[in-house]
Amino acid sequence: MQSRYISMSLIETLSIFCLFALFFQCSSNKSKKDTEVKIEDFLTDDEIFDDIDKAKKIFYSLPSPLETAMIIKSAGAEYNEQLLNVLGNTEKYTTNKSMALNLGIYTTDLSFASLNDQTQTSVKYMEAARKMAKGLDISDAIDDQTIRRLEDNLDNSDVIMDIISETFLNSSSYLKENDRPAVAAIVLVGGWIEGLFIATQLVGDKQIEGNKLVNRIAEQKLSFKIVQRMLADNQKNEAGEENEDIARLMIEMADLKNVFDKIKVETSEIKVEPSKESSVATLRSQTKITITQEVFNELRNTVNNLRTNFVQ
Amino acid sequence: MKRLLHLLSTIILIASINTSLHAQCKGFAKKICKLELIPYIHDGNYHAAILTEGEEAELYKTFYSGQKYRIAVCGTDVLSVIEFQVIDAYKNVLYDNRKDGNSRIWDFELESSQQLKIAVKVPENDGDSEYPQSGCVAIMFGFKEK
Repeated sequence: MQSRYISMSLIETLSIFCLFALFFQCSSNKSKKDTEVKIEDFLTDDEIFDDIDKAKKIFYSLPSPLETAMIIKSAGAEYNEQLLNVLGNTEKYTTNKSMALNLGIYTTDLSFASLNDQTQTSVKYMEAARKMAKGLDISDAIDDQTIRRLEDNLDNSDVIMDIISETFLNSSSYLKENDRPAVAAIVLVGGWIEGLFIATQLVGDKQIEGNKLVNRIAEQKLSFKIVQRMLADNQKNEAGEENEDIARLMIEMADLKNVFDKIKVETSEIKVEPSKESSVATLRSQTKITITQEVFNELRNTVNNLRTNFVQ
Repeated sequence: MKRLLHLLSTIILIASINTSLHAQCKGFAKKICKLELIPYIHDGNYHAAILTEGEEAELYKTFYSGQKYRIAVCGTDVLSVIEFQVIDAYKNVLYDNRKDGNSRIWDFELESSQQLKIAVKVPENDGDSEYPQSGCVAIMFGFKEK
């Protein structure tokens, strides 16, 4: 009788707990939706972000470290190893935020090195990225086998890029599927800032007139809008609690917003032109970029300060 | 008592289906959808979610000139075809896979960099199923230098 009473009250307690859990899951979904509506409040008329609360799921996609490195390289950036984050810095990163930022930073460095055929450096930076991933408890993303595969294919750039892409997919999918999308967002921001840092430093004090890399840097204003929304989207977790790392990162990036506000990127409507020879369509449009030397210098300094803050 | 046990088992069943769908989603994106990108290089980003028939998802991304891109939008077998459109800042539909034999992929290059929206919809199925089906939908990007 006694044991039956205990088992019944245990089942009742469990059921109540499960009902509460279900209730809070519903509430958290509601608060997530509320956040999405708030995002719409600060939309401007020159943006693509409209009807944002209609869809069940919204994704904001920033260039990955691999794409960032490719964007810089295709704009004619020369390789300069001095600009990469120092490998010895790995020991300094002990917080979730610093490890996430530097996982992105080291992955962009790794991508930049490998796209420039710096194979030995690539292996070293993969090791650095691995340490960050291990610290974030996603060591499966980059394991011994990944490093061995990289070492075995040092003369095959296609395989190296495939390995980088796969390790990044492993870490981002793991973080998102394990309710850590905020960490995944911070990794992306770190990688994107590193690309901006390398590109602005490579331009240096040179005149910006006619510099292809400067146009590419100014165009990052388009991705910066995605950064802002991605961070805002991850500011609160499913239970409605504020994520301190994201909140701090948003404050740290406020200066960057002020500089990007001084850069004008205007785009025309797009005409789609199907190809006669291949299946690749061409999107024909014009982009007008307005940036002064003074604003560029300010952008370079702001990015430098931000990146110094991330890697120190 | 029976009611409580029934309630508990339902809750556990829902929770386990949810977890299993998420795991399935990760594997689906990595092992199936990613193959659609070949010969392009996958950018490494992961965008996948469990959607139910009738639901929509949107993705915002900046695409840069100087590169060729491939978009792949795939859904697990339990879902019927996945519809997707590529839309520009002026709300012009640049591509609609319904007019391209429900293709899972679209290849393009840009004269100048642009921010685009990928709108994805799981259409409602007119099949025999009594309840709307749920499955994984993945949106993946590949690129290569021009």
